[in-house]
Amino acid sequence: MSSVAVIDYGMGNLRSVSKALEHMAPAGTRVVVTDSAIRILAADRVVFPGVGAARDCMHEIRARGLEDVIRQAARLKPFLGICMGMQVLLEHSEENGGTPCLGVLPGAVRYFGERLSDPRSGERLKIPHMGWNQVRQTRPHPLWSGIAQDTRFYFVHSYYVDPADAALSAASTDYGLRFTAAVARDNLFAVQFHPEKSQQAGLQLLANFLAWDGTD
Amino acid sequence: MGLAKRIIPCLDVDNGRVVKGVKFVDIRDAGDPVEIARRYDTEGADELTFLDITASSDDRETMVHVVEQVASQVFIPLTVGGGIRTVADIRRMLNAGADKVAINTAAVFNPEFVGEAAARFGSQCIVVAIDAKRVSGEGEPPRWEIFTHGGRKPTGIDAVEWARRMVALGAGEILLTSMDRDGTRSGFDLALTRAVCEAVSVPVIASGGVGDLDHLAEGVLEGKADAVLAASIFHFAEHTIEEAKRRMAERGIEVRL
Repeated sequence: MSSVAVIDYGMGNLRSVSKALEHMAPAGTRVVVTDSAIRILAADRVVFPGVGAARDCMHEIRARGLEDVIRQAARLKPFLGICMGMQVLLEHSEENGGTPCLGVLPGAVRYFGERLSDPRSGERLKIPHMGWNQVRQTRPHPLWSGIAQDTRFYFVHSYYVDPADAALSAASTDYGLRFTAAVARDNLFAVQFHPEKSQQAGLQLLANFLAWDGTD
Repeated sequence: MGLAKRIIPCLDVDNGRVVKGVKFVDIRDAGDPVEIARRYDTEGADELTFLDITASSDDRETMVHVVEQVASQVFIPLTVGGGIRTVADIRRMLNAGADKVAINTAAVFNPEFVGEAAARFGSQCIVVAIDAKRVSGEGEPPRWEIFTHGGRKPTGIDAVEWARRMVALGAGEILLTSMDRDGTRSGFDLALTRAVCEAVSVPVIASGGVGDLDHLAEGVLEGKADAVLAASIFHFAEHTIEEAKRRMAERGIEVRL
């Protein structure tokens, strides 16, 4: 029997993530929502979701003693970061006046800025970036299997990741500027959008993750 | 290409049942929120909004079960409004599977509640619902005020100023309803929509008055709304969400098709 641990560190709604995984999981797969280091490290796959502010996220992760557990899981097994769970994998975030993060990936998390505008029309763009935007796959990856180029996924965020190594990027999206919408390295994949809220395309990505052996 | 404008069907739920009659030929139980939510999801709704209009707070638990059921079958964002007055109310809805909650009257009586909610759960899940009515006369510069109790009670609060204040307190999105237009099917109050959209930095959902598909497009093109919400034109199966999106696309609006 295969198992998936959804890391629960007190940040928001994990029910939709676990429900979407259960919806797509092959029979016999166990989805556990947990903050237990033992259960996270024992699982075959790990999903690291999260919403809210970077400082609160890091605070909750530390309060539960999960920093090293997350770093270890991100090195050892198929690992999927979602939204804030992607952002805190980087070294540092501009949010909350500057927040040190987990440093699993090199680079920083940046604010879209108060004066974001569409480079073509000049129209001011709203923050948060909220809604369905197109995801341009910048490299082939097993998690993109069955998902067409430029498919729309649901986003809601005011900060975006800026990896120090361009080779980490697996997808980009345009919103006033071109930002990294997904990163991939070995057994790790992380997305800025919410696959659990992105209907068919999102469910397909989760199904791909559940079938992924952690290699490119 | 870029971010799509959103179409959001709204369902009024009273004690666990969708009211205001929903008519789809192939739906067995027109009052079942789960069945209707699935239908809208299939048609391509970008999000769903549930408005709990249950009078008794004892029956609110019913709404929690509705949200749980919908969230385990429909994988698009869900907003729940109506009766959200405390941090505990918000937590209960988010834990049930809602992605956002809409705070309405509670914000008027206690604006700090919006700040508290945003600090606790993040701005991304805090929608402030504003019910506004035009109070200026013919020929005067337009002015709108916040009304409570279904549009019956004026508060003296300027709607545009209020929207700014709510965003400053942490609202991540504004759901703006024109009480003059609500139920009239004569189109959004475009001047109100535009005034609020231009005043705030967060996305605005236009609501109140949609009677045909062009009204939806006008909300975006003239009202500058980021999303449009409608109930009856979709409930009575006059139009599908897909038709609405095609019309918007024909008028040059970027949508998710």
